[in-house]
Amino acid sequence: MTRPSTHPDFLWRDPDPRPSYDVVIVGGGGHGLATAYYLARNHGLTNVAVLEKGWLAGGNMARNTTIIRSNYLWDESAAIYEHSLKLWEGLSEELDYDLQFSQRGVLNLAHSLSDVREGRRRVEANRLNGVDAEWLDAAEVKKFCPIIDVSDRPRHPVMGATLQRRGGIAKHDHVAWALARQADAYGIDLIQGCEVTGFEITGGRVAAVRTSRGRIAAGKVALAAAGHTSVLAELAGFRLPLQSHPLQALVSELLEPVLDCVVMSNAVHVYVSQAHKGELVMGAGIDAYNSYGQRGGVHVIEAQMAAALELFPIFSRVRVLRTWAGIVDVSPDASPIIGRTPVENLFVNAGWGTGGFKATPGSGWVYADTIAHGRPHPLAEPFALERFTTGALIDEHGAAAVAH
Amino acid sequence: MLLIPCPFCGPRDETEFRYGGQAGIAYPDGETTDGEWAAYVFMRDNPKGWFHERWFHAHGCRTWFTVERHTVTQEIR
Ligand SMILES: Cc1cc2nc3c(=O)[nH]c(=O)nc-3n(C[C@H](O)[C@H](O)[C@H](O)COP(=O)(O)OP(=O)(O)OC[C@H]3O[C@@H](n4cnc5c(N)ncnc54)[C@H](O)[C@@H]3O)c2cc1C
Ligand SMILES: [Zn+2]
Repeated sequence: MTRPSTHPDFLWRDPDPRPSYDVVIVGGGGHGLATAYYLARNHGLTNVAVLEKGWLAGGNMARNTTIIRSNYLWDESAAIYEHSLKLWEGLSEELDYDLQFSQRGVLNLAHSLSDVREGRRRVEANRLNGVDAEWLDAAEVKKFCPIIDVSDRPRHPVMGATLQRRGGIAKHDHVAWALARQADAYGIDLIQGCEVTGFEITGGRVAAVRTSRGRIAAGKVALAAAGHTSVLAELAGFRLPLQSHPLQALVSELLEPVLDCVVMSNAVHVYVSQAHKGELVMGAGIDAYNSYGQRGGVHVIEAQMAAALELFPIFSRVRVLRTWAGIVDVSPDASPIIGRTPVENLFVNAGWGTGGFKATPGSGWVYADTIAHGRPHPLAEPFALERFTTGALIDEHGAAAVAH
Repeated sequence: MLLIPCPFCGPRDETEFRYGGQAGIAYPDGETTDGEWAAYVFMRDNPKGWFHERWFHAHGCRTWFTVERHTVTQEIR
């Protein structure tokens, strides 16, 4: 019997785990899948498994608001996020899948003189790093995004904005599916419903993982578990400077096209874009307390909607369709932790917190290289765990605050 | 929204409080190595389960206090 043509075939196999692999990746979100893909594509490593406790890309990869940009302040961050953005620019073609990557421009609004100074400084820093960046005054903001209220009616009036035209959004599910399909085509096993519950470590070196589907020997083990990384590190016997928090987002009912760029505001504390299907996608900051329960407080949603109405009075009658939360791994300097761990052959890639979707290809690229060679990729080196001891932090709170 | 028991005012809405993270972080004694200092400044437990943590009743009596909360069920005991 032939299937109805509207029902596509499965994009990847659903294999059982084999007893041993060269590389075992823990976590089948965007970063785990991208790492698997680049291990095969760039390093010829295909005896690789991705172990996912739930279903593929059902964690933060399914829950994020898909903002992509590279306009971070410091050289180290600009380098890794810009590397990622360049990969995004060729990724649909490379993976032969429409990722709905749309470079519609990202505005970061300024509402105070210190916001203005911070924004202008970031524009200059970005340009010096080869990252496209422009400063818009309030009138130019209005021209770029006509539905923003730039009058002096709001409590925190818009005084200008940074604009990264190459920034935008993509369709997160398509990204995961496209990466999974290609990794699978290389022969990599994507194993769902397989939770890592422990590590076998002998002489300071990892030899195997224990899972809900049995023991799996591994030459190297690479953590890509986002909000659950601390739990795994504890099983492996070391600590990480991470705290897990709920991060919420919401979508409205479907609307006619009304907003054709991404707007973010640290001060008023909300960001908004309109997805291809028509819903407004909104988010803001984390819930304050540590949590692994994938839900947050309604008051946080209420505050971000109030902020959205300050900026966009036109949204006053829009109804909320759905809210949800993911668990994000927040680091002390709002920058990721990539590289080796105190356990030999056990690698970590975490701490992307509220903003790792944009990094998916770049993160996978540098992590795969780090795993393959057993030393940090040059772009990953500044993000090593040691920075918390040396003090060489990469403080991106300004560029990453509400921002994603 | 959490309902948090302030030892002074009784149960109040989460919006009245500020979060203070892990409880019982003592200032290190004497000379420290860089590693010990990093642990004091940056390393915090992040358990999936029961967690001793600090809350500040910012919009109330302004007392700091410790509760034990479950980080999945949000139960406080
Ligand atoms: C509401 C929200 C909005 C966001 N918005 C943006 C945005 O606009 N732009 C942006 O750049 N970023 C954004 N982010 C952040 C981004 O989603 C994350 O940084 C990124 O997805 C993390 O990488 P990941 O995709 O690999 O994580 P995940 O998809 O969470 O993958 C980790 C996987 O590990 C699995 N796992 C955990 N423990 C185990 C175990 N023991 N065994 C096996 N598997 C395990 C989990 O089940 C999960 O599938 C947002 C996040 C949230 C929650
Ligand atoms: Zn009180």
